[in-house]
Amino acid sequence: MTLASLIVIPLVGAALCVAARRSPYAVRTISLASTLVTLATTAAVWSVYADLGQPIVAGGGTDSPFGFVTLLADGLAIPLVALCAVLSLVAVLAAWGSEREPTHIALLLTLEAALMMVFLAADLVLFYVAWEAVLIPMFFLIGGWGHEGRRRAAMKFFLYTFAGSALMLVGLILLARAAGGETSMNDIVVLLTAGSQRAVFWLLAAGLMVKVPVWPLHTWLPDAHVEAPTSGSIMLAGVLLKMGGYGMLRLLTRYTPAALDEAGPVLAALGVVGIAYGAAMALGQSDLKRLVAYSSVSHMGFVVLGIATGTAMGYEGAVLAMVSHGLVAAALFFLVGAVYDRAHTREMSRLGPLGATLPRWSGAFVFCALASLGLPGLSGFPGEFAVVLSALPVLGGWIAVVGLGILLAGAYNLRAVGAVVYGGERPADATVRWPDLGAREIVVLAILCAGIVALGLWPRLIGDLASGTLEALAAATGAVR
Amino acid sequence: MNTAVLVTFGLSIVGAIAIALAGARAVRFSRWIALAAPAAAAWSGLSYLLGAGPGGTGGAPYIGEAVVVSVRWLSRADAGIGVGLAVDSLAAAMLIVVGVVAAMVVLFSFGYMAEDRAQARYFSLLSLFTGAMAALVTSSSLVGLFIAWEIVGACSYLLIGFWYTRKSAANAAMKAFLVTRLGDVGLLAGLAVLYHETHTLDLASVMAAVPDLAGPTVALVALLLFAGAAGKSAQFPLHVWLPDAMEGPTPVSALIHAATMVAAGVFLVARTWPIFEAAEGTRLLILAIGVITAAGASVSALLQTDIKKVLAYSTISQLGFMFAALGAGAWVAAVFHLVTHAAFKSLLFLAAGSVIHGSGTQDLREMGGLRRAMPVTSATWIVGAAALAGLPPLSGFFSKDAILEAVWHATPLAGAALFAAGAVTTCYITRATRLAFCGTFRGSARPHESGATMWLPLVVLALGAASLGAASGEFARAFGGHGGLSLPVAAASIALAVAGGLVGWRLGETGARRAQSGVAAFVAGGWGVDAAVVRLAGASVVASAALSERVDAGIIDGAVRAVERLAQGISGELEGLQSGDGRAYSGLVAIGAVLVVGLTLWLGR
Repeated sequence: MTLASLIVIPLVGAALCVAARRSPYAVRTISLASTLVTLATTAAVWSVYADLGQPIVAGGGTDSPFGFVTLLADGLAIPLVALCAVLSLVAVLAAWGSEREPTHIALLLTLEAALMMVFLAADLVLFYVAWEAVLIPMFFLIGGWGHEGRRRAAMKFFLYTFAGSALMLVGLILLARAAGGETSMNDIVVLLTAGSQRAVFWLLAAGLMVKVPVWPLHTWLPDAHVEAPTSGSIMLAGVLLKMGGYGMLRLLTRYTPAALDEAGPVLAALGVVGIAYGAAMALGQSDLKRLVAYSSVSHMGFVVLGIATGTAMGYEGAVLAMVSHGLVAAALFFLVGAVYDRAHTREMSRLGPLGATLPRWSGAFVFCALASLGLPGLSGFPGEFAVVLSALPVLGGWIAVVGLGILLAGAYNLRAVGAVVYGGERPADATVRWPDLGAREIVVLAILCAGIVALGLWPRLIGDLASGTLEALAAATGAVR
Repeated sequence: MNTAVLVTFGLSIVGAIAIALAGARAVRFSRWIALAAPAAAAWSGLSYLLGAGPGGTGGAPYIGEAVVVSVRWLSRADAGIGVGLAVDSLAAAMLIVVGVVAAMVVLFSFGYMAEDRAQARYFSLLSLFTGAMAALVTSSSLVGLFIAWEIVGACSYLLIGFWYTRKSAANAAMKAFLVTRLGDVGLLAGLAVLYHETHTLDLASVMAAVPDLAGPTVALVALLLFAGAAGKSAQFPLHVWLPDAMEGPTPVSALIHAATMVAAGVFLVARTWPIFEAAEGTRLLILAIGVITAAGASVSALLQTDIKKVLAYSTISQLGFMFAALGAGAWVAAVFHLVTHAAFKSLLFLAAGSVIHGSGTQDLREMGGLRRAMPVTSATWIVGAAALAGLPPLSGFFSKDAILEAVWHATPLAGAALFAAGAVTTCYITRATRLAFCGTFRGSARPHESGATMWLPLVVLALGAASLGAASGEFARAFGGHGGLSLPVAAASIALAVAGGLVGWRLGETGARRAQSGVAAFVAGGWGVDAAVVRLAGASVVASAALSERVDAGIIDGAVRAVERLAQGISGELEGLQSGDGRAYSGLVAIGAVLVVGLTLWLGR
């Protein structure tokens, strides 16, 4: 029941927000209470799992027509559930004070519920329903609260992911058919021939790879981010992108291990290209938000590469990279949003120099840029390090391309810092005094930065939680080798 | 001793946070906290050496003599990847260097930075740097070392760009970080190869496994580790960042860009010596790079007009001496020179800071005659300069001679080049000394001696620079070698030093003139590598932007748009979707829901 409440509480919160839409104060109280209670519940689930080491299961029962509503929390799900809970709180705080605030917040809470369902679903049908359900609030968030080109971006986002999902649906159906109609993830016994396993693998992978996004299926991402409101960008980069990596680890490792092993080099190549390509793209941007969006493509390349290694360490690296990117990208998008609220531009050439004007903002931005470039001691490093170590046997000399990506990550992040923070006084025509970060903004950034430091110094926070589950998944892939 | 090491980290981290939070108003008091971590570092190193007794353990560097702490950090695969701290003679020597220099720099900064509004940020970063540097030298695993390695790099970045309203400082900071990161990527790859081969990154286990590795693997690992070392220690052609790094406050240059962080490359090679001992080909490359750097940078130093740039190129050159020693197999000599160099170069930098503070300029052509106005500064500077020149009985004489002897015996050609570089060293430092301290003052300000917090550190460091040579025998024995001088080498190097000094004295007379030929400008600008790096960096941004526009928006997105148009052509329904109309969408969702329910029933039958 605890698991179900992770989905129900945000939904109730959303409903209450709509009901209490006349009072902004009530809406804020409800949204805060709802996300905080979800966060506390997540913490409870985390500690129970950490103590028991056994997956927590809820729901089920074969006679019920809703037998497919079964939930499961294990070492793979809980880190992402926790990420979702934290970032929902952050996104809600980011949405305070926006236009049509009650609806905006209600959509965010609905999105949280849908995402929780994706990560907790223990049944293929429920998984697919949740997967599609995520699209709806996200679509409206971009379309309703976005910037000038929001319609086109929302449409592009929808078409890409919908096309991917359609292929994934076919894959899921084939998988369930092969399992004799069984859809419960734990009970599926796969006896696929090599050929059909390959077909199922690529159908599922198509949907998952769009979501990650894997190069060259990434072009929806920059547009969606640039047009999305800050809260939407936080959820999109922070949590939605993780659905792809999560799905790969949840489905592909267990049900199509031979095909995954066979496709390892292809996935690895796509990951490596994504790392370098995304970073090179980010270096060429003049719009700060677009830069952060492309950096996501690069960081997600590490996730794909980690999964492609088929090793427990690679999987651990992928999970660490996902959680880290969730925190860092959320912080960066929040900062970009904060400065956009003040300057009404995201063009780096027109923003800077902000060092003297917004010292707190600048300090936070420098910190997050260092986290984004993978500075050891901060959260980006452990995941990327584990991926690089485990990918060396797969890549050989091609590891140099990853090195190029790491180097470029330094370049685009510090170029942005140099352009936005450093330099003399602002030009005289821009002397409007902007307030520096306020209390709400400082709280949000403090939460995210604390997570970034904690995970960077002590990756076992997540690593120990996930490793049992990930070792079992890696054993499944390794067994076919 | 164990406690002292842990206290060092505790103090540095707590100090960094406390100073930052206390803010600008409390900095007069909170800045004292920044002295605590260096003091603890020096104490922990000293107490180890005093407790270790004579003799040391001998042979190659060793790790884990006194393990302070060791824990698994990442992954359960194999034995996991651990981090930990351990102290041995090498770490202890480095702890003393880091602690003493950092303490002197912090004290000096009390006076030097007194007028700055951002002192809280300054002392906070210094405290963090000290802790990270201490972690670097005491880390018992390569991961921990790498983490600390990068954090000191980040501190360097933040301190070079400390005066953030200067665009030149921002560019210098970025350049420093990116050029060193180029080497760090190599170091990271080296770690990956080591892990792949030995399934551990614990230093002691890795070193124990080195004899079992194949020759080409060891050569590759040594090459990759050296790439990291060369970036950090500003070796040709990755030296280009260090002269620019002088944009930072001068005490920072003394601590980070003269004594400690830039020497970390030398430390890394010494720390992983068994790998380099087994990689003869790579050592030859290191020897070549070291000699090229030592000679090239010394000539560049001769042509500088900025007192800090002279010292920057001098640092590059001296690090080249250390790498030449490493290439020749004399790692103990390299580490000893690291220690003496830390003393006399941080002294020279702080003295230069005092000069800049007292004369209001860092241009040698606008100085002159400062020995009268700044007696303490000029006296200590001359001690540092003589130590750098390698005049007996100062510390530089002993450490440089050990290097010259080792390199001469390894390869006479390299030895000869290094002797020449030694002569040029005396030449440039004599020139700079004459320009700054002799003759009459050419600037516009009224030069004055600095306050006690500034000249006291100068005196302490001068004592070290003068006397450390006496410890050369002890030092060599602590690492299992033997002390002692080679008389012919000493005689030759003294003769060359005197000759170089005489030329430098002449140059100091004419050097106040401004004109510089094209060739001289080329050499002064770091042999053209610098310009190439800047061009490459600019071109890569332009290329990325073009790539973004053409490939991403053009080809990939173009293909998607083509598919989209095709889809629109096939189905008019999609046209309706394009409106972003909520009702149309909810209809679609309804259809989808029906499909899903139907699917469930079909599957469940």
